[in-house]
Amino acid sequence: MPHIELPEPDAGVIRRRPVLIEDLKARVGADLLILDEDGRRAYETDAFTAYRNVPMLVVLPRTTEDVSKILKFCHENDVKVIPRGAGTSLCGGALPTEDAIVLCVSKMNRVIEVDYVNRFARVEAGITNLEITSRVAPKGFFYAPDPSSQLACTIAGNLAMNSGGAHCLKYGVTTHNVLGVKMVLIDGTIVDIGGTSLERNGYDLLSLMIGSEGQLGVVTEATVKILPSAEGARPLMIGFRSPEAAGSCVAAIIAAGIIPVAIEYMDRAAIEVCEAFAGAGYPLDVEALLIVEVEGSENEIGVLLGRIAEIAAAHDPKTVVMSSGPEQSARIWAGRKAAFGAIGRISDYLCMDGTIPLAQLPHALTRISQICAEHDLKVANIFHAGDGNLHPLILYDANDDSQADRAEAAGEAILKLCVELGGCLTGEHGVGIEKRELMASQFSATDLAVQMRIKTVFDPTWRLNPAKVFPLAATETMRSGRAASTPEAA
Amino acid sequence: MIAKLAAQKRRVEIVGHGALRNAGRVARSDVVLSTAGLKGVTLYEPTEIVMSARAGTPVYEIESLLAARGQMLAFEPIDLGPATGAPGGALSIGGVFSTNFSGSRRILAGSARDNLLGVRAVNGRGELFKSGGRVMKNVTGLDIARGLTGSWGTLAVMTEVTFKVAPLPQTMLTLAYTGLPDDLAIEALTTTMATPLEVSGAVHLPKGSAARLRQAKLKGIDQSVTLLRLETFSAAIEGRKEKLKAALKVYGKPIELDAEETWSLWSEFRTLSVMPFSTETSLWRISTLPTKAAEIVFAIEKFMDATAFYDWGGGLIWLEVPAAADAGAADVRRAVSVRGGHATLIRAQPEVRASVDVFEPLKPEIERLTRGVKSAFDPDGLLNRGRMYANL
Repeated sequence: MPHIELPEPDAGVIRRRPVLIEDLKARVGADLLILDEDGRRAYETDAFTAYRNVPMLVVLPRTTEDVSKILKFCHENDVKVIPRGAGTSLCGGALPTEDAIVLCVSKMNRVIEVDYVNRFARVEAGITNLEITSRVAPKGFFYAPDPSSQLACTIAGNLAMNSGGAHCLKYGVTTHNVLGVKMVLIDGTIVDIGGTSLERNGYDLLSLMIGSEGQLGVVTEATVKILPSAEGARPLMIGFRSPEAAGSCVAAIIAAGIIPVAIEYMDRAAIEVCEAFAGAGYPLDVEALLIVEVEGSENEIGVLLGRIAEIAAAHDPKTVVMSSGPEQSARIWAGRKAAFGAIGRISDYLCMDGTIPLAQLPHALTRISQICAEHDLKVANIFHAGDGNLHPLILYDANDDSQADRAEAAGEAILKLCVELGGCLTGEHGVGIEKRELMASQFSATDLAVQMRIKTVFDPTWRLNPAKVFPLAATETMRSGRAASTPEAA
Repeated sequence: MIAKLAAQKRRVEIVGHGALRNAGRVARSDVVLSTAGLKGVTLYEPTEIVMSARAGTPVYEIESLLAARGQMLAFEPIDLGPATGAPGGALSIGGVFSTNFSGSRRILAGSARDNLLGVRAVNGRGELFKSGGRVMKNVTGLDIARGLTGSWGTLAVMTEVTFKVAPLPQTMLTLAYTGLPDDLAIEALTTTMATPLEVSGAVHLPKGSAARLRQAKLKGIDQSVTLLRLETFSAAIEGRKEKLKAALKVYGKPIELDAEETWSLWSEFRTLSVMPFSTETSLWRISTLPTKAAEIVFAIEKFMDATAFYDWGGGLIWLEVPAAADAGAADVRRAVSVRGGHATLIRAQPEVRASVDVFEPLKPEIERLTRGVKSAFDPDGLLNRGRMYANL
């Protein structure tokens, strides 16, 4: 490591750094800029830590107008911009280059307006995901997407990656929970896309923006839906003798017309590590564990969990444990939510993120074990079974170059497997630099050209978060040319 | 075929089975391309609640296939045919996603767009492309599939769509409150939507549109009707009903409709039978905030006779006004724009739809992006030219 190629920094831009700094200071004031090397080093990477580059400078705007001035400056001076929220991307989505400016919206973190009657909240983009829910919870509301990093990650980053969470089987992902955004284009133009009402006017530009990984513009405000919180929620744990039994149990639950709020799957390796770490009360003698959560009134929860237990009984479960109350529920979830941290304590790991159709789960798990064995590595699997999002954690020793190389190779093979099985390269972490070159395994040259042309509409000279999402070779003309060029379908 | 037409720079009008023939603007075209022959469900996995179908597959075929397995399209597609003087039952699944017209259950289950997972389509360059997939999370790359929804075939011709389906509820019921004035009724709807009872339909019909209801219990009631639908499993429904009644106690005592009555009542909204076709009237569809809805209708009524039907907890207004040279566009749009929202002209004579803006005019910076997106997909402006905007 590292193997992922990044374009050569533009020496001309780096040479002009002193002049550029003076120009930007004159436009937005010196106090928004971070210039010293130690300060800039804090922004050299995100949660995909194998790759690091200290950016030319970092700017922390406080208003949409600041962002507009900064982008206009970048546009006029032909400088690349890396938009950044909290830097929790697991795929290098916020990785800078040495000739780029990091524009971090973390100081823009206010709640602007909450409307409980029409059920929306308007927030600045640097607010953390959890903070939105914390603000509206006293009135019995919440913001639905709940990625594992919700304590730290910003709504800006959630919009960029179309983040999900454990509960998206019922509530959907970011794109289902946002009504509108205020966004700044690379030339400094401020646009309002969508609004506060359910239906949008004209083309669905909001859909194009959400999940675009900072390719189209910098979001400064978002209007999100807030939903009334369920009366209660409670999970059921079911331990199985085989992944097949767990997979067919999930299928049977859905076939019975029950859509739980979450269905989480853990394999034996993940169960063992999480139990050792969190003492969640997981059974240790099973090959697969399902955590199925339902919501509603106490009476409804009892009925639903009873029906699910009945369905599970037909799939030869080893253990069925119904949570008896809030304390046990919290413990069950604590184990699952601590999974990444728990595994991180025993080993370095690469957290993969692909999707597969549910029916392919047993086959996918077998193949993943084979792939990792072939690379002489161990793997633990966590799976959002309800929505097909698989997270194999490939364990390796980061100080051993050979292991690190093998882990990357195994990861790539697993993602290609997901695509082969009818799934996608990413469920919720995004493409970033990590999966950029793999895009060609999921999409044809035409599919990619269709996407890249939209990038060109919003960012004609490809200054926003360049060299990400799309295969490097396919974007070279657009990134290098000062004039707008149109992506061709090879 | 489009590649050939694109090479000849021939303008193409895209049609399905004709359900949308009288809605939107009239496209200027040299050739008509029908997707009616692109029929058939290509994938259905009930246990993964996912289906793929070719674009010309009639919605009723899809729904009967789903019903046989105890499932449904949760977003309740609206068939505009009967309300616009086009044939009923001619709605194709491609038409559903290209217009993104969703029914009453949208407030709980999301819109057609929200339930779309992937598409195959051909753009104005004649290129066949795909976007999204068949799993619930489809964030890889730009979300082109959802970006095509609501574009009325002006960006690409969808050939196949993949979408989420949902289990049919075990049971359902409706509470009907009568005699509430619009503002109080909307208050009842927003109060309902703030409860965790998962109400799956929240509509209000003022006296004028309520008089057109056909459901036996509500027919001839001669006052406004405010309707709330609960759909859930049998063991839960009574409990939820009691909680809902308690939350809405101040609005009076509701009439209760059982599962069968509920089914027939809400089917009326799927075809907009409360806004029936007539050449004497025009029909608008207004999206706004629930708290502004009654005010907007009140403002428009100062200028003309208007009959309203509020859906989506007050967030959507269907508004019938007398036919006029501009279908009342100037007054309707003014009343909406000062209060926030946008208005789309659904039913009017073709010459009216050709002369007024059918879709709400765009702000300049959005129009610039809209033109950019159009030309990225269809640089020569061959697909459904003028279907949404006169100059696009």
